[in-house]
Amino acid sequence: MWRVLRDLLRTNRAFAAGVVLLGIVITVALLSFVSPYPPNDAYVVPPDVPPCWAYPLGTNSRGQDVFWQLSVAIRNTLLFGVTVAFISRCLSLVIGLIAGYTGGAIDRLLMSINDTFIVIPLFPILVMLYFVLRDHMSWLLLALAMAGLGWAYDARLIRSVAMSLRTREFTETAIFSGMTTRQVLVQEHLPYVLPIVFSTTMNNINWSIGLEVTLSVLGFTDINTPTIGVMLYWANQHTAMVAGIWWWIAFPVVLVVTTFIGLFLLAVSMNEFIDPRSRLDRVQG
Amino acid sequence: MSSYVRYLLRRIGQFVLVVFIGVNIAFFITHATPIDPVEQTISATTSFGSTSPEAIALMRQSLRDLYGLQGGLAHQYLAFWKRVALADFGPSLSAFPTPVSVLIRRALPWTVGLLTTATLISWALGNLLGGLAGYHRNSRVLRAAGVVAMGFHPIPYYILAFVLLIVFGYVWPVLPITGGSQMNLPQRLDAAYVGSVLLHSVLPLLSLVLVGIGGWFMGMRALVSNIVTEDYVAYAELGGVSPQRILRSYVMRNALMPQVTGLAMSVGGIFNGAIITEQVFGYPGIGSLLIDAVHAGDYSLVLGIGTVSIVAVATAVLMIDLLYPLLDPRARVG
Repeated sequence: MWRVLRDLLRTNRAFAAGVVLLGIVITVALLSFVSPYPPNDAYVVPPDVPPCWAYPLGTNSRGQDVFWQLSVAIRNTLLFGVTVAFISRCLSLVIGLIAGYTGGAIDRLLMSINDTFIVIPLFPILVMLYFVLRDHMSWLLLALAMAGLGWAYDARLIRSVAMSLRTREFTETAIFSGMTTRQVLVQEHLPYVLPIVFSTTMNNINWSIGLEVTLSVLGFTDINTPTIGVMLYWANQHTAMVAGIWWWIAFPVVLVVTTFIGLFLLAVSMNEFIDPRSRLDRVQG
Repeated sequence: MSSYVRYLLRRIGQFVLVVFIGVNIAFFITHATPIDPVEQTISATTSFGSTSPEAIALMRQSLRDLYGLQGGLAHQYLAFWKRVALADFGPSLSAFPTPVSVLIRRALPWTVGLLTTATLISWALGNLLGGLAGYHRNSRVLRAAGVVAMGFHPIPYYILAFVLLIVFGYVWPVLPITGGSQMNLPQRLDAAYVGSVLLHSVLPLLSLVLVGIGGWFMGMRALVSNIVTEDYVAYAELGGVSPQRILRSYVMRNALMPQVTGLAMSVGGIFNGAIITEQVFGYPGIGSLLIDAVHAGDYSLVLGIGTVSIVAVATAVLMIDLLYPLLDPRARVG
């Protein structure tokens, strides 16, 4: 495991860049634990101060230090993405492995449902959910809804791997030695699928953060939990751009774009690493 | 022939399933949650000034009627399907008494136009450049294009649209940043109006294309660089087939098939992006309508747009699926 990571860092520039970018983001997020101000307190510092020594990223119109606000926001945003990714990974693993291994009618049924969830436009559905719940909308509820809607694409990927694993000899050996379906899936097939799951996790975190930012900017989430989207929402509410408080908008955007590109690079380079053909290509070229 | 029919039937079955599950989700989100939209509307409209209890009772009655919320859940469920089938979601509350269907019909062409153009441009351009990049692996220009495409790809539609808005709205104001056309122009087919519509669509289009192109680019590049190692390509090369012809009819042609399937799978995602982009640029399509409806508390309109979007996306996917056999002979005869 560690050797693989070290080799990747050495040979794969995209992976190294992704690690560095994500490292910066996570450092900023971890700094939130030593923040001098509670995240929801307003008017703790003079408002609208441009970036300077005392306030490296300036302060916003609500009298909050942009840097410390940003660190709490990115922490919540990352946590949100990881939560959604974790729950939806569990769903797609269970469905993908079962569909791929059992095949037949169960596979067809599961994949029809799966394809439905791939196609259905999620944004209007999430907006409807907010519209009905309004103030009852919470961080966790949104995470659950998005995990429940966002597992499908990767379940299909996992299924295709599971289908090829089913025809391999070790699966037959496992069946003949009396393992139950559950045991075969968990002990024999899961380890083969995990690398792909890691790479899809990055993409899923990206996807969920992107949607969360979008919904929050429009004010369609719990606007009292600071996330990157909520930060931009408040900046828009105070017409920060027109007022020339560019640092209130620019820094969250830069940080969240860094997160996206970092995660994306990790996903791409892991994919390349998993696929033996492209790995060989890299070694030769 | 029979396999072609079976293919069509399977695709149509999938379409029915998508619409069925989608409409069910829409129904259960809006009807089976403990929060009552009628009470919400009432508390929103009566929070200013005092209203007599009788008036509130009357209002409650007519709102229940309007929203299709009378009777038990089963009754509401059937009534909801009837509304979907007739595309009749009652009058809009924020634009009373205009029916929801009229508002949607007015907005839909803008969204369809923007979405189709953006999807076609990014799909064609992404596949073309990706194919070239996979074939000419040592070209510097194409490698640089790959880096740019990959850089834009992971950025969500909202953020990119927002950045473009800032760049072209404040930093370098050369393009119109809001609306679908110039306000004072009459809506008729003349050069001034069409030009203004095109000019206003540049920024929304640009943000959709910039985000969309990367995925196609990378997919196509990976497919092509796998296909060029196939024996039949080597054979064609040895046989003296010109490189352009190899790329066009031996390599790209085969690589296009999974990309068409990919297009069908990503329609929903692109639609999400279009909704958001419209809102950023105040484009008069479905997206702006939906978000305005949420802010105005217009229950019928939100429900109508949600349902129409599900049906519209499912239809678009079905159309792509039905075109697929034209490209892939295996789906036609195999």
